Amino acid sequence: MDGSSQLCADVRIEAGTVRCVGTWTTRNLDRADRRLHQIAWPAGPEVVVDAREVASLDLAGAWVLRGAVQALEGGDRRVELRLRPEHAALLRMVDAPELGAAANAGATSRTLLFRIGAWVFETGREIVGVLAFLGSNVLVAVRALRRPSLVRGRAVLHHVQSVGFEALPIVGMLTFLVGVVVAYLGAGPLRRYGANIFVVDLVGIAMLREFAPLFTAIIVAGRSAAAFAAELGTMKVTEEVDALRTLGISPEALLVLPKILALAIALPLLTVYADAVGVLGGMVAARGELGVGWSEFLDRFEKAIHLQVYLVGVGKAAFFASIIGVIGCYQGFQVSGDAESVGRRTTVAVVQSIVLVILADALLSVVFNVLGI
Amino acid sequence: MDHAASAGEGIIEVRDVHTRFGRAVVHDGVSLAVRRGEIFAVAGASGCGKSTLLREMVLLHRPDAGTIRVLGTDLRGVGEDQALALRRRIGVMFERGALFSSLTVAENVALPLREHTRLGDRLITELAALKIALAGLPGEAATKYPSELSGGMRKRAALARALALDPELLFLDEPTAGLDPLGASGFDELVLRLRERLGLTVLVITHDLDFLWRVAARVAFLVAGRVVGIGAMNELSGLDDPLVREYFRGPRGRAAKENRWTPA
Repeated sequence: MDGSSQLCADVRIEAGTVRCVGTWTTRNLDRADRRLHQIAWPAGPEVVVDAREVASLDLAGAWVLRGAVQALEGGDRRVELRLRPEHAALLRMVDAPELGAAANAGATSRTLLFRIGAWVFETGREIVGVLAFLGSNVLVAVRALRRPSLVRGRAVLHHVQSVGFEALPIVGMLTFLVGVVVAYLGAGPLRRYGANIFVVDLVGIAMLREFAPLFTAIIVAGRSAAAFAAELGTMKVTEEVDALRTLGISPEALLVLPKILALAIALPLLTVYADAVGVLGGMVAARGELGVGWSEFLDRFEKAIHLQVYLVGVGKAAFFASIIGVIGCYQGFQVSGDAESVGRRTTVAVVQSIVLVILADALLSVVFNVLGI
Repeated sequence: MDHAASAGEGIIEVRDVHTRFGRAVVHDGVSLAVRRGEIFAVAGASGCGKSTLLREMVLLHRPDAGTIRVLGTDLRGVGEDQALALRRRIGVMFERGALFSSLTVAENVALPLREHTRLGDRLITELAALKIALAGLPGEAATKYPSELSGGMRKRAALARALALDPELLFLDEPTAGLDPLGASGFDELVLRLRERLGLTVLVITHDLDFLWRVAARVAFLVAGRVVGIGAMNELSGLDDPLVREYFRGPRGRAAKENRWTPA
């Protein structure tokens, strides 16, 4: 017997006897397990399984040994199992338990139709859930209108800082670059027609009406929807939300309302800032590329851009803010059970709020067009 | 290596361990030895350094000074390969289960088998079901996710995972904390049965007095980072140390002692 066969569990058939040798422990079982599946059992009505040479046996080894004995008995043989006395207890142990075959059941494959159905059902439930959540928050907001003391001013200010003030650098940098890009894009065709000065109309309308509100909302959705979902989700996992309810404090009033209010304040303000920085970016590019000077630009800006364009942009920002706030908080409250779902819900919150912001933007463009605004 | 720790010799030996977190001294010279095949408990009030001691024994934290030998391996100079070999021979059950939440119970138990053995899929599934049954869980629990289980079932699932590789040495961190009395006494009996049938050595971190009286063969009592007494509960409860006396002879301690021979 060489060293490796002593270590590995193995089965040999010698003169009508099944001899089990080696170390029958979890780590060394693989060869014996494979061998037992292909082995040609000795013929005859009586078989001796001799496991007295098994150096050490653990639960897994006992299980495999039992499997071998059962396979033999299945062929209408009488099996005599010879064991070391110290191993007998282990074999009795694996003989006893009723094992749920359930371990295999998890792997059932689902049909395409089933998955489509499940997706439709889930999506429908999600839409209803968001609407219900929106409704309950509107109720809380109405109550807060009658009793302004319900609004936690300190929390609102805190969120205005984290949602708005702390987003200034990233929003500024991004919209400045967008302004530059818009001016550069327009520069080619405009110069060809000698209409250099109309770069002001292009930059002004594009930034104020579309890009400043949209890009700001996307950045804020990425930052704040994720932060809201993670914060509320963690509180849900640690049962803090339930604790609030039992203390008679509405989690909507304490946690959700300040966040949505803060967004409704901060996002329009951020958009105004993004307007200014974006137009500045356009000015820089217009001067370098088209030779439109600062004062020339501002002069034209005053004439070309109506107050309405600016108000449409800021109004859209307020609408986007409510989408981001509701989705972020809703997904946070949807967290259930474990830490893993916090991460999943945070991701969903970001993706959903960005998608919905862009959808809403497209929808509003159509509506404004019909209304002639 | 398997036979490095011969009988008689301690399966775990902790000698003069010192641990500090910043300025806070957690262990101030802890020494103890666990014999093969016994259920050894480390008891003490919250914050006395019990859990840190367990983390040091299972290679999750390095003590600042002193030696720890587990299954004959000195943990101080242990390399990656040695640590892996050692980890396959021990099972650890964490206080809150630490089950992987994205896997079902059966997948949780099967994970170490898939990673560390070359067994076939069918056998791994069977062995996982066997361990789950052994831990006293019903078969239908196997397909559930940890978040769908009650606290007691989660502990049993965590025990099943700790037993997955048929370890020689089992570490349990607060196995009965947060269980109802019936669940806790069920767990007591489960640990006793496992030790008896599988010949396991079990090290338990606990402050459950019932568990100490009914299950532990020997107990080390830690106070403020020092071992103030090691021995069977009868000997320990007779110690004259005021802290030990308070701990064991308070109203709950007395009740636990009186109830020890009447398992539920």
